[in-house]
Amino acid sequence: MNWTAMFDPMFFIPFSTGLLVAAVLPILGMYLRLREEWLAALAFAQLAAAGSLGAAILGLPVLIGGLGVSGIAAAAKAWLVRSGNNGYAILMVAGWGASILMLANAPLADHLGHALFDGQLYFTGLSNLWSMAAFALVAAMLMRWLSGKLLLERMFPDFFRARGLSATRFHLLFDLMVAGGLALATASIGVMAAFALVFIPTMIAYQWGRSWRHSLVIATLVSVVAYVVAFEIALVEDQPFGPVLVLSLVVAASIGWSLKKLSSGSRG
Amino acid sequence: MTLSSHCIELDHLEAGYDRAVVGPLSFALDAGEIVALWGPNGSGKTTAMNAIGGGARVFAGEVRKRPGLRVSHQHQNPLSLRDIPLSGRELLALTSSDAAALPASLQPLLARRLSELSGGQLQLLQVWACLTAPVDVVMLDEPTNNVDAAGVALLQQVIARARDSRGVLLVSHDRRFVEALDARIVEVYRR
Repeated sequence: MNWTAMFDPMFFIPFSTGLLVAAVLPILGMYLRLREEWLAALAFAQLAAAGSLGAAILGLPVLIGGLGVSGIAAAAKAWLVRSGNNGYAILMVAGWGASILMLANAPLADHLGHALFDGQLYFTGLSNLWSMAAFALVAAMLMRWLSGKLLLERMFPDFFRARGLSATRFHLLFDLMVAGGLALATASIGVMAAFALVFIPTMIAYQWGRSWRHSLVIATLVSVVAYVVAFEIALVEDQPFGPVLVLSLVVAASIGWSLKKLSSGSRG
Repeated sequence: MTLSSHCIELDHLEAGYDRAVVGPLSFALDAGEIVALWGPNGSGKTTAMNAIGGGARVFAGEVRKRPGLRVSHQHQNPLSLRDIPLSGRELLALTSSDAAALPASLQPLLARRLSELSGGQLQLLQVWACLTAPVDVVMLDEPTNNVDAAGVALLQQVIARARDSRGVLLVSHDRRFVEALDARIVEVYRR
């Protein structure tokens, strides 16, 4: 690892932004998978990309565009569809369709489009870093409060209802937080890399975790290690960051599956 | 919903989802007693319990509760929930249940992941989570499902003990289990 390069502001800011993304997204992913709504990650990432492109075309800040569109979609989904992946599948294809149409009709957005879909982390600036740091702080505080409620609602739905608690309110709050996190992550690392950071580390954690707390640690560790490896490879080999991160996570998933198969084989 | 001097009071309740399927049903539950809803399959026992918990619609009549009443409600969850990487101890912590008081035979389950438990072991932990939560009324829907004979005997003990400090409302198809608990039986008929 070339640590000297990390202290060069040109790399330090993107590296730190991505590190925060890699630490936060798997935590959100654990609760999305708990609710069997992991498709939300791809939906919000696609919508954030569409919002960012729309904002760029209108001459508005792209971060605001991404956050705004994904936030509105989260609120609309919570109002229209109670739970499950159906609502997110519709949002995902809507985001993809809108993005492709904007790219086809507004050549000026082409550069941003490439960054959003390829995941060009090295172009992120201080605004991305501070936004992600603020989000990580708020998410950490909110999840401490929300975690028990989301788990209780999933494991004991009748108990939850009998205590007079409102699942809709907690779901909306969580959905808005996921939408915000995915919008900020997409602006830094791109659509597919953001989705992969939500989906793959949690998949591995669900296989290997001995408890919820243990699984949260596994998901975060897998995510951060895969991120650091991908950052170094992309930097040294001069490759687009997003695909390298996705492939490093796929390698981690393959190792996880292989070890699981070996361990279950040795027990059997 | 209006208030009652009883823990829970049903007054000519007619409840269901799209339409009323159970009732009119009237009974009261107080602290220190066990009431068992009894009737053939499809008679609406679970629907009546859901109406008290807020999961079914009240079409006529009333569910009255004592002011500030805290209720826990358990029914058998799908086994797919076992894929969630939660330990037995974490499951009990969700309802603020007393893990330390768990019978010695179930203590080893606390450290294990839910996917490593049998259906019966998971059911016992879920019932315990609701029984020992800090509530005034416990509602249990078919608590003996998947549970072996030793587990049923254990459930009888802990439910009988729970009666000392709270009211227990029960749905069970196991008549011997209900009679062993000396529960007051309320007959439920489909409309």
